[in-house]
Amino acid sequence: MNQLLSCFIYLPLFTFIVSIFLPGRKETFISNTVIVSITLHLIWTVCFSVNWLLNGHEGMNYKQMVIYTSSSFEFYIDYFFDLTTLVYSMVGGVISLIVAIFSKTYMHREAGYKRFFVTLILFYLGYQIVIFSGNFETLFIGWEIIGLCSFLLISFYRDRYLPVKNSLKTLSVYRLGDVCLILAMWLLHHIFQQNITFQEMFDTSSAILDSNLYVYLSILILVAVAAKSAMLPFSSWLPRAMEGPTTSSAVFYGSLSIHLGVFLLIRTNPLWNHLFAFKIALVILGGLTSMVATSIAKVQHAVKPQIAYASIAQIGLMVIEVALGWHQVALIHFAGNAFLRTYQLLVSPSVLSYKIHNMMIEFKKAPGVQKNTLSPLYKWYNTLYILGVKEWNMDKNLFEFLWLPFKKLGLMFTTILNRTTTVIPIMLSFSLFSFIADDHVHYYIDHSFTLIAGVSALALILTAFTERGSARKAWNRLGIAQVFLTCSIALNEDFDLNHILIFSSGIIISFIVGYVVLSKLQEVDDITLNRFHGHSDRNSGLSIWFLLACMGFIGLPLTPTFLGIDLLFTHIQHHQGLFIFIIALNFIFIELSVLRIYARIFMGPSAKADHAIAFRSS
Amino acid sequence: MMVMKTLTRYTDLIFHQQNERILMKNNTVKEQVFDLEDALSKLKHYLPSQTPIKDFIHHNTLHAFQDMKFYDAIFKAAKIFGYQVTLGLNDYRRLFYQERISENKLNDIIIRNKPITEFDEWKSKLLFKQIDEEIKPRIGTLRSQWKSRFKINLDDTVHPLLFRILGSYLDQGISLWKFPTHPDGFLASIRQLEQSSYSGFFKTKRAKSFLLDNKTDIGELLKYLVADEKYFEEYLFDQQFSHQGWSGIVAAVEDAPHTLLDVRKISLSELIVFELLLEIDSLDYYFGGHWSPLTRTDSKEPANLFDPVERNELQEVLMLWQNAFEWNYYDEVLSGIASQSFKSEKKSAPSSKSFQAIFCIDERECSLRRHIEQQDPNCETLGSPGFFGVEFFFQAHGAKFYEKLCPAPVTPKYLIKEVMHHAPQRGKELLYTQQNQTMLYGMLNSITLGFYAGVRLIQTLFFPKMSPAISNAFSHMNKEALLTIENKSGAESENNLQVGFTIQEMAMRVESLLKGIGLIKDFATIVYTIAHGSSSANNPHHSAHDCGACSGRPGSVNARVFAWMANHSGVRTVLKARGIDIPNTTLFIGGMHDTAADQIEFYDEDKINKNHHAQHKTNESTFESALDLNAKERSRRFASINTTKSLQYVRKEILKRSVSMFEPRPELGHGTNSLCIIGNRNISKGLFLDRRAFLNSYDYRIDPDGTILMQVMRPIGLVCGGINLEYYFSRVDNHKLGAGTKLPHNVMGLIGVTNSSDGDLRPGLPVQMIEVHDPVRLLVIVEQTPEIVFKAINSTPEIYEWYKNEWVHLIALDPYTQHFHYFHDGNFTWYSPQGSQVPKLTDTLSLIERSLKMPSNHITDATRENLPVYQLN
Repeated sequence: MNQLLSCFIYLPLFTFIVSIFLPGRKETFISNTVIVSITLHLIWTVCFSVNWLLNGHEGMNYKQMVIYTSSSFEFYIDYFFDLTTLVYSMVGGVISLIVAIFSKTYMHREAGYKRFFVTLILFYLGYQIVIFSGNFETLFIGWEIIGLCSFLLISFYRDRYLPVKNSLKTLSVYRLGDVCLILAMWLLHHIFQQNITFQEMFDTSSAILDSNLYVYLSILILVAVAAKSAMLPFSSWLPRAMEGPTTSSAVFYGSLSIHLGVFLLIRTNPLWNHLFAFKIALVILGGLTSMVATSIAKVQHAVKPQIAYASIAQIGLMVIEVALGWHQVALIHFAGNAFLRTYQLLVSPSVLSYKIHNMMIEFKKAPGVQKNTLSPLYKWYNTLYILGVKEWNMDKNLFEFLWLPFKKLGLMFTTILNRTTTVIPIMLSFSLFSFIADDHVHYYIDHSFTLIAGVSALALILTAFTERGSARKAWNRLGIAQVFLTCSIALNEDFDLNHILIFSSGIIISFIVGYVVLSKLQEVDDITLNRFHGHSDRNSGLSIWFLLACMGFIGLPLTPTFLGIDLLFTHIQHHQGLFIFIIALNFIFIELSVLRIYARIFMGPSAKADHAIAFRSS
Repeated sequence: MMVMKTLTRYTDLIFHQQNERILMKNNTVKEQVFDLEDALSKLKHYLPSQTPIKDFIHHNTLHAFQDMKFYDAIFKAAKIFGYQVTLGLNDYRRLFYQERISENKLNDIIIRNKPITEFDEWKSKLLFKQIDEEIKPRIGTLRSQWKSRFKINLDDTVHPLLFRILGSYLDQGISLWKFPTHPDGFLASIRQLEQSSYSGFFKTKRAKSFLLDNKTDIGELLKYLVADEKYFEEYLFDQQFSHQGWSGIVAAVEDAPHTLLDVRKISLSELIVFELLLEIDSLDYYFGGHWSPLTRTDSKEPANLFDPVERNELQEVLMLWQNAFEWNYYDEVLSGIASQSFKSEKKSAPSSKSFQAIFCIDERECSLRRHIEQQDPNCETLGSPGFFGVEFFFQAHGAKFYEKLCPAPVTPKYLIKEVMHHAPQRGKELLYTQQNQTMLYGMLNSITLGFYAGVRLIQTLFFPKMSPAISNAFSHMNKEALLTIENKSGAESENNLQVGFTIQEMAMRVESLLKGIGLIKDFATIVYTIAHGSSSANNPHHSAHDCGACSGRPGSVNARVFAWMANHSGVRTVLKARGIDIPNTTLFIGGMHDTAADQIEFYDEDKINKNHHAQHKTNESTFESALDLNAKERSRRFASINTTKSLQYVRKEILKRSVSMFEPRPELGHGTNSLCIIGNRNISKGLFLDRRAFLNSYDYRIDPDGTILMQVMRPIGLVCGGINLEYYFSRVDNHKLGAGTKLPHNVMGLIGVTNSSDGDLRPGLPVQMIEVHDPVRLLVIVEQTPEIVFKAINSTPEIYEWYKNEWVHLIALDPYTQHFHYFHDGNFTWYSPQGSQVPKLTDTLSLIERSLKMPSNHITDATRENLPVYQLN
């Protein structure tokens, strides 16, 4: 019976692979493939669940396959099934099916019809992986797939400026959450001295509860949850993510993707259940999120952002429910909210005729300002109103506190690099030397080397992140940064050449592919990063290759690098706080820089003006 | 010597002083370099004029350039604002290679426009020469220096907040908390909000203090930002055209505040002031107050946006291609009409008609009329603008607002009220209530209603049906309600509007309409007046599908009112005295055709007496079978319907489309419109025109001096030409002049749509409405002598402009000689269409079933879906 769990993944995976090869113009064929697949999946879920409910409904675990194993480390795909999985799977299945059928007609003749359905089924796959995952490693695969799908669907209309800008904005918040998850996995590994499954977590977690690493762990999980579920202080990405077709906004940001934070919280419950303070923090954060989001929803004048904030408000409440241990209430709440917001978003365009019609009959002129304008109550009302319109400055603060400092750092490093061009080769040979001479160097020097290499990598990545000139230059810097990064992690402990090979294999191939693509493009156009070039309409082949290269380069589950990241992390000790912080920053900004290059070159309004070009304000 | 020196010094001094005076004088001239009033009125002139989307009224998108000749105007607009104004060069070439533009026509066009010696040169240019098509617009160059020189993008820092505040201020009913407005307008409201709160929209002190201290003179603010006055106007244009959608709606609301139900006072200058303040705020914030204005002494001279645009080679080539594309189609039509006009002479109208039906001139009724005529060859159909000559405000039962039901530029003096004794309650949509958006109610609702939403989702997918959330054309007026049409004393009035019409006023309107369409004798026993409206779901642009002659609303009330007037015995007595004798046996019946659902509803059926009843029933079934066929004909363009299936099936599917939430194309609106035929139905009756022609009835025989034609021609340019050009420009540049694809649209404040939460409003038409459209100008064909047609169009400069500047083409079909005369450069010249015989069509249905569906919506694919002109057997 437990083996059957893998069918939940195989079916969408199979459809995804098939859908890639379907002819782009056969609309009905493409959509029907996806619809049939989701229907089968849903039927299978129902049968499986009924059977499971009748047979004692106990948590099920299935270790699918071990991908890599070493003395201290075992990387394996693992599935898990319990009531939470069941509810998420059923709701996800029904909503995805509804949206797929809705889109079949809705998306008719849209450029990117196939792209939409392929991304939709890929999202469905990622979603299923997350909710059926039995351990963090498996969950993370799905998590990353969903992040990528989000990026692709927000920038679905890639020939306009705002969708591309907002997809990068969303991605940057997601990436923060992703890296927190990586760190959480790393901590877990240190706590348990092995990779454990959720099942084992449920069973054994009380054994080593005293470790204060749990506090860090919970914080990391909290950031991951807040980023994914658009809680404070990240909420402002959600309304901005509604750039794609209404149907994709409905399935992603109205219902499924946005509730995954809550899912993660339920799943990791054993890890923080004993931390009373953390529960309080959850309740406070949930409550604040709910209140702030409601105040923003109330002043929204646009229909989709209003639904977005209203949905966030409910998620805040769900987090409270989970913190209080009312998991079943949270699950019902999730299901209801998901359906409600999906419906509201899908019919959001008809709000116009409905409300105007109602206004004709029921309109009452607002009394205007009659109250004493100086009364404190009125002042507070106005303050709330202004804060609501400004979204409590979240968008501005996210940029100014999270990203702007790094942008400034990047610009600073760029000036340093430009003045002293010899820095890179010196640094490089330095770290390579210490890499080779590893055994002969004193432990402390060794550790400072790792730090220096890590910081150098970060510096290079940040220069690439802020590069406005040649795209190839930025790409090369990212390549060199990867070398630094590898050295720095490998130097950290007794390294295992295999680990490094696994880690770099994907990166090297991806780097070469990316380099070739950029060189080819350089021949036809001067690709600089100071503006968008929109090459995907004329060079769609290169665009796909480069996207694949980017995915490989940043270690998405496409090449062994994905596994390598996990492996390398095991070499970092839990007391190396500063080092892990720098490495984490590296991982955040590598992805952002790489996708920034992709977006600037292949997306945005096309530079060649032989056809209609969108305004920048659209 | 000394004296000399002093003298020279003195003269020098005088000279110097004089110079200084001249300099000062120059300075004072400079003071007037920037004229705010002038700049504002220019801005308003050029900004897109789109009112809130609930009243979508078609107009020439480039109306600001209408005082110029078509090609001069569009190329100038392109150069200034960067619009794409024709198809791309390669698109025309592909159309040529797939024979959509014939070689003969192309040659003919080159010969007509270029010296014969340059024929080969031009032809090779048209077909082969690679010409750089990039437009480098004049707009935006000055303001872009913020980015190039100061590394700051003011659009990114200012727009999101500005749009949010504007949207919140103008919001009609989406937000739960309303903007605390001040009666003095936008700036006063912001000022009050800033004064009485603990937070604020500004990040720095200076801009805020400017606002609070009333230092809001645009010129003064521009001095901080731009410094040199000669750049001010250009800067304002750059700034406002970086979000022309929002600026456009502000300008529209300023001029017509009542276009918003919940009235807001705002002006373009207030918007500019606030935007300038936000820009100063942004700059202060990023540079900590240390920044210099945009222009320096060494800045290049300001660009005059409106300088003449030299015609270049590319434009010549595009112009020739566009002409060839247009005339290739027109020639087909003209040949078709030529073949008909010979026939019509021989055919005399049957003496007794089974019934007459007056439709709107709308080109969507073109096919329905054809089917009705085929179902009942003894009937007669006529066309007249769909407000049926009666202009009034309509107040629905219990409504707090009036709705205008006549062409947009007309301001009626009359009010018609809907009166009901037992009004049915309008249904509510629980899932739309705003309570869902709050915290606690939202929780209760999502736990309970949420699951109901799931059920509703499944219902909308598999069992779509009419609901209060869907815009229903038939709900505009309740069939059972009474209307206050007659004003017995002439005295009753409300809000300065006269309630109803007096008998004289009614008679005047009925007479004018009947004369206009040439229906002054031979009345059938039943005359129908069929208005139109359109039902659609999930469609913010639904109003663009309704009747353009009724200000973008269903025309049901007008049809009913007209029929009532024409049935009025008092009116008939007056008419009789004026030579229109409507027999007592003749009954007018109003009705409305839902162009999306293909349904017809008739009004005042309870007043039909026994004599007419049976006949009405027969006619009703004629209408029904014609609607079946019409639905089938429309279905050929719809991917979701298999056209070859039975009539009943197709009809049901068409109905379903109009209530399907997932259907972005409930109907295709005015897509493909390209003709306007004004004359006897006989000249077009025998032609298959594929729903592309506005058909206005007119009888040259009763109008020897052209007074009637003058009335008939009045709305043609504005309504039909406006529709046609809106489709033209939305088609050629759907990004800048159209609304882009509908699928990501986000409804803003019930006034418009944007793509994104931070985006600009999108005026114009969405891609789903224009993809079937061939961008050709409207060809108006009038059955009358050129002299009289000239007199009619020359009656006012506004009407003449349309034809003189060739925004629409005009051809007079001389009924006496059967010759075509093309109006060009102010003169009619004889024109003979090229091309072979128009093919004959025996079986319309099989043509429709066989016809191709476009492989993609690119013009070269899409145009293949449009069928050629056929002669009907």
